[in-house]
This record gives sequence, structure tokens and C-alpha cells, in this order.
Amino acid sequence: MAVELPDLKINIGALRLNNPVMTASGTFGYGKEFASLVNLHRLGAIIVKGISLLPRPGNPPPRLAETACGMLNAIGLENVGLEKFLSDKLPFLLGIDTPLIVNILGDTLEDYQQLAARLDEEEKVAALEVNISCPNVKHGGVAFGTDPDMAYNVTKGVRQHFSRPVIVKLSPNVTDIVMIAGAVEEAGADAVSLINTVLGMAIDIEFCRPKLANIFGGLSGPAIKPIALRMVWQVADAVAIPVIGIGGISTPEDAVEFMLAGASAVQVGTANFINPKATEEIIQGLETYLTEKNMASVQELIGRARRT
Amino acid sequence: MQIYQQKAEILRTEKFTGDIYRFSLKAPDIAAEARPGQFVMVRTGEGMDPLLRRPFSVHQVAEGGLVQILFKIVGRGTQLLSRMQSGKYLDVLGPLGQGFTNGENNQHFLVGGGIGIAPLLFLAKQLLKRNEPSAIKVLLGARTEDEIGILAEDFGSMGLEVLSATEDGSLGQKGLVTDLLVPINETRATVYGCGPYPMLRVVAGICHTKGWGCQVSLETIMACGLAACLGCTVLRSDLKGYVHVCKDGPVFNADEVAWL
Repeated sequence: MAVELPDLKINIGALRLNNPVMTASGTFGYGKEFASLVNLHRLGAIIVKGISLLPRPGNPPPRLAETACGMLNAIGLENVGLEKFLSDKLPFLLGIDTPLIVNILGDTLEDYQQLAARLDEEEKVAALEVNISCPNVKHGGVAFGTDPDMAYNVTKGVRQHFSRPVIVKLSPNVTDIVMIAGAVEEAGADAVSLINTVLGMAIDIEFCRPKLANIFGGLSGPAIKPIALRMVWQVADAVAIPVIGIGGISTPEDAVEFMLAGASAVQVGTANFINPKATEEIIQGLETYLTEKNMASVQELIGRARRT
Repeated sequence: MQIYQQKAEILRTEKFTGDIYRFSLKAPDIAAEARPGQFVMVRTGEGMDPLLRRPFSVHQVAEGGLVQILFKIVGRGTQLLSRMQSGKYLDVLGPLGQGFTNGENNQHFLVGGGIGIAPLLFLAKQLLKRNEPSAIKVLLGARTEDEIGILAEDFGSMGLEVLSATEDGSLGQKGLVTDLLVPINETRATVYGCGPYPMLRVVAGICHTKGWGCQVSLETIMACGLAACLGCTVLRSDLKGYVHVCKDGPVFNADEVAWL
């Protein structure tokens, strides 16, 4: 008798995924960039580069610095803007039989609401991921993601203008991520994804100046995995909505760890830069792991480390 | 354009003077697709540190699906790479980016500085398919002979005239490669430049003055090579936005980018 393959299907609220492996926003372009390297149809979901209402040129160079087991970036949210996304990028994605999640960002509450309303009209957009790490220009540049009240308001605003699942992406650069997670859950988020990059910097000792033109940048890669795992554990403990784990996930073993900590799904980010096939290899590796452990479904992993 | 991720066997390693290495890699898909000026991203080891791939221009392709890279030890990544032995495999991604285009003019000047000479050998071979050797001149510059001696010979063996300049005078004229370009009198010419940014800035200026076509291959820190991270930016010549070296380049028309 043939051995049954384990079931990788997972639900994030009303969002049904064939497997729990997604691409993290900003590390996979608009999908097409990886088309000759990855079977895009195989992915759990594709999350595209964050979109703002208007195009953004991004920060001056240098925007990157490599660090031990990680990298710093200060891209500055460069993106083509909503209209060009709809006209130039979306058509390719329509042909990909994988749920599309659009990451949105804005300077004001109204920006987020307009983005949500317009993207609600596009059926292909299965869910939104709300990036609340950018500064709110109307509130003196305080990031939406560092204040529970503002995080609540943005989530609620998007929720009211978008009929399908809303995921809120949380920043680790806060005193208490659990409090922010609780606020967005209360505002009606269907899921939270965490963590975004960790604020850091590097200095060039030859030229005696910061390596990034922006001085500070976001640290990503394997270096931040233990921080991310700890925060996923804490948030999964505190909220009832699904948690999506992000932070240095590069191998199937990393993905398993996040799910054991309580994540219902994972996003692969910086690993896409080093190994463009990382997402597919993680999906394959998850299947192998479950088979070896005699588990029928990937859902058996979720939070399992918390129960022992 | 098709991009491949291949486990490429190192068939041969050559060590030259000046910490310069040439690796011959078995990467048939990449070799078949690559054009002069394009690049590959190479993992320098199995581990997570250093994390990122390193970009190298395609130095040459050869029969049997060979791709050659030429590199100088400049940091930990290239240090690790230099210790790799033939018979081992490298994870290679490519070919990537926009390469050189054949200039319409009847005189072609290949201008390379230091390790920037790497892609010009491949370019010279392609230009020779459509031009007489007398229509192509190679101008090489470096600090000392150590850094370019072997390459000057490679171009010479193709029947091309090679002019060299070294800062210490150990090979050719004492001075900079750009000094070799200034006295040339041609009304119509195309210059293909690759080397350090300050050199390319001068090359672009000379070409602008002389009214020549000028293509430059730029180098920046890069994470993915796939236009996903958007980290490898260079300011546009209109100063109003950025181009990306991995996708829009690495070869640009000199008037596309700002020379600061």
C-alpha cells in the first residue's frame, strides 16, 4: 500500500493555503523575478514588495551592509506605487495559481484605507499584509507599529475597507510586542506576521563613517532567528488569531521550529537572496520531516513545543 | 531571459600574482546563455557567514560549458573562495543583468582598470566576430604589473593591440589608464569601461568631451542579483531617482548615471 503523503494545508482565517510557506515582502520582488528559478505554483502564498499609494524612490546608497550571519538594509520602501503595480505587475501574478498577498504601507491612516479599498476590488488579492513599521507623518514621524493605539487605528481602517483576510506585520523594535499584537487583534486583524527587521547599524572603520547612508537599517537573516522565535512564542501565547513566523528562516528545520513555537505558517525572507530555491526546498523538507515523524498533517506542529 | 542556479564543478584554479585568481567552472546552461558584461552570483561557502553571494562578471565562456571568473582577494568572501580546490562544487546563479552592446562605431576601445579588466576578455572575443583586430584596442591600467601582466598577454594573443599604464611604471606607461585615452584622435569611437568608479568617471568625461559612445560596467554591494532586494542602487543622471545595477546594469550608457 502506498504511503500517504502528509497534508501540508493550512488556514489563515478564511485564507486557504496548500502549504504554510510564503515569501516575505521585499525579498521576492513581484514574483516574476524568481519565475525561472522557483515553481511559483508550488508556494503557499506569494507576498509581494510593499506598495504605497504613490511610487517611492527609496533611500540613497549605500543601502546594504553584510553582517555576521545577516545583513542590514535601508532600502527606504522603494516601490512602483499602486497604479503601476496594478497595470504592470498584477497581470503576471494573475497567471500564477498561488494566493497573492499584497503588503501595503503608508504615511497616513488615509493612505492605508485608500490602498485597502482599491485592492479590495482586485479578486486576485487574497489577503493584505499591513506594514505598520513606517513613520506616521501626521503624528510627528512616530511609527504606527510602535504605538498600540495607532496600530489599532490602522488595522481597523484597513479592516473596514477590505473584505478578505487582513494580516498585520509587527515590528520587533518595541518594548512589548505582545501589547501591539493584542491591539491589532482587537481591531479585527485576521492574523499577525512577525518579525519585521531588527533596527541596527554598522560602521566602516576604514572611512570612519556608518556603512549605510541612512545610518540605521533593518537587520535580517539567520542572525535574528532566535529573537523572532522568542517573539512568535510570546505572541502565540497571547492572541487567538493565527501567527505567521518570520525571521531568518532558511531551512526546513527553521520552519519547523517556528511552527512548534506556535506559528501557523512561515515567511522566507533573506534566504531568497542567498538560495532562490529556499522556499521550495523548505516545502519539500517539511513534507519529509512530517513523514519521518509519522505526522499526518502539518497542523500537528503548530504550538507543539508549548504543550510538552 | 533564463536564469540558472547550478552546482558548478571547479575544473581548474589558477593563481596569478597580486592575489588574483581565475576559476574555470563547469556550468553549461550559464555558459550557453551568458553575454559579455553579464555577471554571476557565487556562494563562497556552505555556511551562513559570510551570508551573501558575491557578484563576479563573466570573464570568459569556453567550449565544454565552461564559465570563467577572475577575482582578486578583497575581503572574507573572496578569501574563502580563493582556497577552494578543483573538484569542489560552487553554487552559481546566472547569467544576470544587462551586458555590453556592440557599438555602431568603427573603432572600439576596451578600457579596464585593475580587476575590472575581467569582463573585457569576453567582450573582445565577441567584438572580434564582427570586427577586424585593428578596429579594437585594449587599454589596461593597474597599480603594478602584477595585477595585469597575464591579462595583457591574453589580449595580445588574440592579435589585439594592448596599451598599458601602471602607477609604478612597472608595465607600459607610468600613470593612469585614462592618460592613454586622452591623446587618441578618433572622431567616432565606442569605449567600453570597467574598473573603479573614479576611473570610470574620468573615462565618461573624456568620452563626453570627444563625443564618443561610452558604456561602463558598474560595481556596488549587492544582495540578490535578481532585482528583488533593490539594494544595489546608483543615482540616475537626472538626479531624480535610482537605477539598479543588477537589473538595469551592470553595464550602463555613461549618460544614464550620475557622476558624483
